[in-house]
Amino acid sequence: MTGVQGQGLEPVIGLEVHAQLLTRSKMFCGCSATYSGTPPNTHVCAVCSGMPGALPVINRAAVDMAVLAALALNCRIAEQSKFDRKNYSYPDLPKGYQISQYDMPIGIEGRLNFDLAGETRSCRLVRVHLEEDTGKLIHAAESGREYSLVDYNRSGVPLIEIVSEPDLRSPEEARRFFVELRRILMFIGVNDGNLQEGSLRADVNVSVRRPDGSFGTKVEIKNLNSFRSVQRALEYEIDRQRAVLGRGELLEQETRGWLEDEEVTVSQRTKEHAHDYRYFPEPDLPPLLLTGERVSALRESLAELPADREKRFIAEYGLRPQTASLLTDDRLLADYFEEAVSAAGPVDPSRVANWVTGDVLRVLHEIDAAPGGPQLPARSVGAIVSLVERGTISGAAGKTVLETVAATHESPDEVVRRLNLAQLVDPRALEELAESVLRENPRLVQAFAKNPRVLEALVGKAISASGSKASPALLRSIMEERLQRADVR
Amino acid sequence: MEYDTAFKTISDLGRLLATREISSVELTHDYLRRIEQYDRRIGAYLAVTADLAVDQAECADRLLARGEGGPLTGIPMALKDILSTRGLPTTCGSRILEKYIPQYSATVVEKLERAGAVLLGKTNMDEFAMGSSNEHSAFRPVRNPWDFDRVPGGSSGGSAAAVSAGMAAFALGTDTGGSIRQPASLTGTVGLKPTYGRVSRYGLVAFASSLDQVGPITRSVRDAALVLQVIAGWDPRDSTTARADVPDYVAALDGGIRGLRLGLPIEYFGEGMSPGVEARIRSAVDAFRDLGATVEEISLPHTHYGISTYYVISPAEAMANLARYDGVRFGLSSAGCDIWETYANTRQAGFGREVKRRILLGAYALSAGYYDAYYLKAQKVRTLVKAELDRAFQRFDALLAPTSPTVAFKIGEKAGDPLQMYLSDVYTVPANMAGNTGLSVPAGLSEGLPVGLQILGRQLDEATVLRVGHAFEEATGYSADRPDLSAAAPA
Repeated sequence: MTGVQGQGLEPVIGLEVHAQLLTRSKMFCGCSATYSGTPPNTHVCAVCSGMPGALPVINRAAVDMAVLAALALNCRIAEQSKFDRKNYSYPDLPKGYQISQYDMPIGIEGRLNFDLAGETRSCRLVRVHLEEDTGKLIHAAESGREYSLVDYNRSGVPLIEIVSEPDLRSPEEARRFFVELRRILMFIGVNDGNLQEGSLRADVNVSVRRPDGSFGTKVEIKNLNSFRSVQRALEYEIDRQRAVLGRGELLEQETRGWLEDEEVTVSQRTKEHAHDYRYFPEPDLPPLLLTGERVSALRESLAELPADREKRFIAEYGLRPQTASLLTDDRLLADYFEEAVSAAGPVDPSRVANWVTGDVLRVLHEIDAAPGGPQLPARSVGAIVSLVERGTISGAAGKTVLETVAATHESPDEVVRRLNLAQLVDPRALEELAESVLRENPRLVQAFAKNPRVLEALVGKAISASGSKASPALLRSIMEERLQRADVR
Repeated sequence: MEYDTAFKTISDLGRLLATREISSVELTHDYLRRIEQYDRRIGAYLAVTADLAVDQAECADRLLARGEGGPLTGIPMALKDILSTRGLPTTCGSRILEKYIPQYSATVVEKLERAGAVLLGKTNMDEFAMGSSNEHSAFRPVRNPWDFDRVPGGSSGGSAAAVSAGMAAFALGTDTGGSIRQPASLTGTVGLKPTYGRVSRYGLVAFASSLDQVGPITRSVRDAALVLQVIAGWDPRDSTTARADVPDYVAALDGGIRGLRLGLPIEYFGEGMSPGVEARIRSAVDAFRDLGATVEEISLPHTHYGISTYYVISPAEAMANLARYDGVRFGLSSAGCDIWETYANTRQAGFGREVKRRILLGAYALSAGYYDAYYLKAQKVRTLVKAELDRAFQRFDALLAPTSPTVAFKIGEKAGDPLQMYLSDVYTVPANMAGNTGLSVPAGLSEGLPVGLQILGRQLDEATVLRVGHAFEEATGYSADRPDLSAAAPA
């Protein structure tokens, strides 16, 4: 794919990620920050629709979430930061300026570690800052006349912008960075990770250079709304840049857009037409001061981050890396798993993990419930795994109990009693059962000497005879012992 | 019984209302009649809300009959047309907002409504408060009630003229670089610019957000105290308001000024000052000495930089504040073939020359490559101006100065020379730059026209400024001077 002449040129990639914060109200007014599925212009007021004379008031919860994100991304927190006006005209920006943070962001100099093919990579972060989202334009046409409508429900929704250093060297690395960033933001509860709806979106900056040479000409690709498009757009753009340079031509510093269907980038704005945003300090807002106590309290409230938790799950519970990764993608699921482990008592936690990542997730999905909800409590899951592992019920019965608990909200013990699912574990009764099955199947018993596999057939018959109650494990050991004795005789 | 209510103070009218010697409805009709009689000539009002005023007056009368209400209940007032009034046009003196009707009221408007004041109408002003003569109103100029060939000052010229001509008992103005004090000075009224943050700006259509402040224009210092009492205070909707207690301003008026230390900044008596104005201010200084205060000269060398700094910072903020007038959601919209042309057409048609000039100034001062030389430098100078005033207020309880270097000038006299016009604010701008409070009180006449004495005070210390102004007013009686309006009365 790569243009032959431009080969050997190394990509240099940085990301700018915008993440909407999960606050109830908007960044600078009391309007609901929910806009998905709401009728247009119903969550608006004088402030977020930019009416003359209206003034912004800082949403404290948004500041807290921005600090949490900055802490999770290993940033320094600025004791004093401020808001600035970023001036540009567009109909989705009702004030004609966006309130953002320019030269004093809330979080400075962070770092994000992520995994690439089993290796830990690290990318430095320039900053994390707070700003407000814009409204949305809806383009329409009526009897051949095209027009646009504006919906300000999204206008003023709090955003953080996370800017990385150009430390990434491949599209795959950029994708992994974005995946891990999303996992962290979701894990600490500040963003819903919904790329399709744009509550998380990425711009990428990419250039190519001779290894260890000086930076090449940078191109920005805006509004990438999937992991795939981040990777594909970068792959396309790197090829394009290598090809241009390979032809001996010069690259232009510009902003390009990614056409999802054609899988190409196209020029949108060149440097000569770059905006001069005329930033200046927002005079309607006082400086944003953060006390040490407030930051410490937020730091303490910050849960263990997914990568750390993943490592701990491997070390402490002996989970396979893949399972640990799956469980720590979602903070609720990770919490759920740990609660189930402690409810299960002395049971191998990897058994609990298998249940949680398998049948439990399936059942939760079927009943459309989140882990941690009341429909299928983690302690019930722990109890079920424990019942199975102790042999009180069979694995198959365990699934039945799980599904029943999710449907009826009974306790596992109640379900086991009501459906009479307890296994036959009494040794004397199992001995009698084994004895009678062996008696009734002399030909199989004879065949055992030549073919030990007939044991399974005999165990199966015994289980059927017990009405599926007999513990297969116990039965097997009893029968095997009997058959071997018979053999000796 | 007939009362000459036109030039009575709020306190006097309040007594007449409280004793039911006159009703608020009668009083309101008195004022509406005067507006009918004189405003055709003066042009102080952009809208007269007669029906609303009578409704509000009836309401006030019911309260007063029950012995309820406060000092402003039933008192007819005017509001500068830059203060948002729900359901009533708020034009800011601009074509671009000619048809705009706000969906909410400014905090100060709500406070005055709750206090029972009666709204007579919205007053004329320089477009978006940019001007010192009211000639920049997109609708019509305002004439000075003292001489119809002269300007009333600006930008709150309509509010000042209305109070001066007895067409409102009091009015609210806004002051970004002198827009309350200068027109008060030129019309013989009392004008108070409170400390930045003392009065909520919520609903005040922004010109320069870090400088704008709402304040009263009245016929006496006591009246200014009464109005400030109602409008002052922290507002959760304005993050720049001070979380400070509001003192009893009326109680603070009395007690005299014996022993008070007053400063006289020598830089406020410079080039361009008319001898007649200087004579009035020097005579005021004598009056203060007679009242037992000490008056000493002080040098405030950064004063000279005030105007140039102001004309970098205020246009920069204005450029952003005025960006929302884009023809998309409200106000004038002059459609083009695409959004960019719609923006251009709307602004071309909707903004006047002075507004365009300031938007360009601001855009230039903030543009890449010039930011450090202009905006940043101006902010540094602003810090110096503030530090200088802070130091002065360690030595002095208040500073005395002229409000304007000249008396009211002729309509058209400075209209062709923006720089000359800008220098009208040379003595008022420093208080905005530093955020301090300033009061203009009548100091007698020069050439038959009013001269204003400016009293500058510490941050949030309106009480002292009002006390100094009150003492001066009591001692001299200049606030009782009235214009002769006979030339305006229809033949």
